[in-house]
Amino acid sequence: MQWFERQRNIIDFTLSSLLRRKGKNAALLVVYISVVFVLSSVMFFTHAIRREASLVLQGAPEIVVQRVIAGRHDLIPVGYAQKIVGIRGVRSAKVRLWGYYYDAVSGANYTLMAPDQFSHGEGAVAIGSGIAQSGSYEEGTIVPLKSYNGTLLSFEIKKILTGASELVNADLMLMAETDFRSLFGIGPSLATDIVVEVMNPREVATIAAKIVRLLPDTRPIIRDEILRTYDSVFNWRGGILLVIFFGGVLAFIIFAWDKASGLSAEEKREIGILKAIGWETSDIIVMKFWEGLSVSLAAFLGGITLGYLHVFFASSSLFEPVLKGWSVLYPDFRLVPFIDPLQVATLFMLTVMPYTVATVIPSWRAATVDPDVIMRS
Amino acid sequence: MLHPTVIALMVGSFLLCVMLLISSAHGVRILRKWDLQSGSELQLELERRTYLVSMLLAYALGFQLVSLFLFIYTADDLHRLFVGAMCAAGTLNVNPFGYPTLVLKVVNFLFAAVWLIMNYADNRAHDYPLIRKKYGYLLVMMPCILAETVLQTLYFLDMKPNVITSCCGTLFSEESSSVTSGIAALPSIPTKIAFYTATLLTIISGWMFWRSGKGGHFFSVVAPVMFVVSVAALISFISLYFYELPTHHCPFDILQREYSYIGYLMYVALLGGGATGIGVGVLMPFRRIESLSSVVPRLQRLLALISSVLYLGFALISTVRMLTTNFRLEGY
Amino acid sequence: MITLKDMKKVFNAGKPNEFTAVRGVTVGIEDRKLTVLKGPSGSGKTTLLSIIGCMARPTAGRVFLDGRELTSLPERFLTGIRRSTFGFIFQQFNLIKGISAIENAMLPAYPTGRPRAEIRRRASELFELFNLGGKAEARIEWLSGGETQRVAIARALINAPAVLIADEPTAHLDSILSREFMDIMASLKREGMTIVMASHDPIVYESPAVDRIIEMRDGGVVGEVAS
Repeated sequence: MQWFERQRNIIDFTLSSLLRRKGKNAALLVVYISVVFVLSSVMFFTHAIRREASLVLQGAPEIVVQRVIAGRHDLIPVGYAQKIVGIRGVRSAKVRLWGYYYDAVSGANYTLMAPDQFSHGEGAVAIGSGIAQSGSYEEGTIVPLKSYNGTLLSFEIKKILTGASELVNADLMLMAETDFRSLFGIGPSLATDIVVEVMNPREVATIAAKIVRLLPDTRPIIRDEILRTYDSVFNWRGGILLVIFFGGVLAFIIFAWDKASGLSAEEKREIGILKAIGWETSDIIVMKFWEGLSVSLAAFLGGITLGYLHVFFASSSLFEPVLKGWSVLYPDFRLVPFIDPLQVATLFMLTVMPYTVATVIPSWRAATVDPDVIMRS
Repeated sequence: MLHPTVIALMVGSFLLCVMLLISSAHGVRILRKWDLQSGSELQLELERRTYLVSMLLAYALGFQLVSLFLFIYTADDLHRLFVGAMCAAGTLNVNPFGYPTLVLKVVNFLFAAVWLIMNYADNRAHDYPLIRKKYGYLLVMMPCILAETVLQTLYFLDMKPNVITSCCGTLFSEESSSVTSGIAALPSIPTKIAFYTATLLTIISGWMFWRSGKGGHFFSVVAPVMFVVSVAALISFISLYFYELPTHHCPFDILQREYSYIGYLMYVALLGGGATGIGVGVLMPFRRIESLSSVVPRLQRLLALISSVLYLGFALISTVRMLTTNFRLEGY
Repeated sequence: MITLKDMKKVFNAGKPNEFTAVRGVTVGIEDRKLTVLKGPSGSGKTTLLSIIGCMARPTAGRVFLDGRELTSLPERFLTGIRRSTFGFIFQQFNLIKGISAIENAMLPAYPTGRPRAEIRRRASELFELFNLGGKAEARIEWLSGGETQRVAIARALINAPAVLIADEPTAHLDSILSREFMDIMASLKREGMTIVMASHDPIVYESPAVDRIIEMRDGGVVGEVAS
């Protein structure tokens, strides 16, 4: 009870003294919040994208088999699918037709695909929102595409794709198989790649090995490998960004140290008075602790909230120049809000911890001033 | 391995080392020049320094706790990068540095907690009777903190994604032959009996010590043992009731969202109970010191009470779960 | 009864600016009496006062409070004793700007762990006693010289100390306020308080309330007058 009352009284005085020095503390708070804001934006963004990517990849096929000639990806004979189906443990092997189309007018790359079922028939396409926006297309518009031999083929837009995951279908264009083959000049015996479903997920690696033995000019790509590679990539990218911002964090630490050490004459006098009238060193240390906690809490919560809003409701607009690069079709980065204790704890260790360590020695110096200093001056 | 959290953990460990190094440097000075009877300015300066060391150690304890949980959480988050790893247990096994780092983190946490308990007792006496022992102890703790940082760094540097590792399935399964599997394979009824007996002994002796001041020595032996027994019980059967699977012995998954993060409560209770229990034992030799004779017994009884309550909490959470779930362990 | 034996206080020992403020003083302060330390600035009276008031530790020599030795007590204990035994009034009053008068008076009691309401009650009582009732919530900056003085006294009394220590309390006061101050001291002494003051103001050391004057010069005691 006594301990509690003591804390309460000291907290009361701490808060009142923080408010009394609004100017100095405001500057510190602004810098602190900015640091947390930037770091949390980076973290939320990379985590959310990672998560979206892995969610999207969940629906990806377990194995994708590509043909490799002279080290480069080439078209695969349709007949290979039959051979793969014959391997024990394979549930199905289907061919896929897809590719890239460069539109000189808009300067964008579209992903073209001929799905298994295309309900709109020949001469029709379904396009993603990114394409629609960039070319101002609507349903019913005719869009011309240049085929492999220079002739123009026209397609009517029958549908504009909406999707939960804009990241994937923004630049997508779907059409019938015959149209696809005419456009790119691909004969009926070839396809882009083959997707394979296996019966037992644990056998994926074994089956991939069998495929390579059976068809030595192929390269099977396993979904889990993709997931792992994505993770690594985002770790590296996220990590590099963080290392860059580290310089900022370091500057912040030095700033914090300086602010904490640079007690104004008024502050020094106040602490001197407190010690003279009966406050112990540990009382002053407690006061400094609550001071640091209040500032850190306010900055941490403020910075994280701002970062959250920035990434999930303002589409990371501050990062736009960095991320957009040369891409013309820029998907609206409306990411699904996602936050977990891991991110919060990481941010804590990268911001609050260094701040606290930077202020320990200055706080201690302030607290260990002699009680009779006031009398001597 | 530039995962943001890995960076955070490295930064954290680095800061911890810095804090402990500063403390040790002051500690050495204090050990050499301390003379309470002297009123010289050097002595006054040394007394001021003790406040700094206490501050640093208190913060270090808090950070170590965060770092411990973050380490496990990170290991769990990274499990996708390693073939065969399904959770933190697998990631920790990726190279020989993972588990030792974890163990050292727990040990250092307990070390710091016990130091703070000793410091608290020392400060209550008017002649700093434990000053030399305290700072000697600090110098012993220093290499352990350094070792932990080194091991953690090696662990993260040595990580090669796509390495095939064993997941908790094989690590904590009953067929393979490691220490953890040995624990996992313990027959359930005798282990339960052992766990509850130990719990009752600890709680009753703690309670008695709190009320009457007797049985302190007994408690100071039982409480640390209880820590080990509880961890073994957690791996052996308690976690099974949370996962409702007779073969899932991994002690890290209860920290996940799916289990309402109950693992944090349980581990904090265990760590707290262990630290305070060990504290009672550590203070035992100091009961005779004159200036501490009124401070230490009272402090020990309070610590025993806290320790018993925390262990009781741990046992209660486990028991409630065991009673309320439909899962029945016996019969397998 | 506070006793100092061969008390010596040196600042910056071993450095080029080494300075002995007090050299080998032996003195005893009697209970319930008003003692004045008289001397010019630099005589060491402020340092002696701070040692008597447990604000500093002597470089050499011993300090006793009611028979208990305080010389080597760690700061923690010394401060605890100081808080409950002594009340301090400073030359410049040293009140904290920006908070109310009554909060200033309550400050010394914050670390004691007493409930806030209780502390406030005591402070209000003291304010009533010193006719400051209406000024409790006022900012320090708005108070008159006399009111500030009384707030400082109230602050010194918040923990019900046995001894009041005042360092040149009338240095910034006019004659009327100085005499008022000594009147308050006299009435406190009548109620059983021990008072030790350092001053070179004649209004102080010629006051009838004074029981004993200790004269100091160059860090040592040169004379004593009992009245």
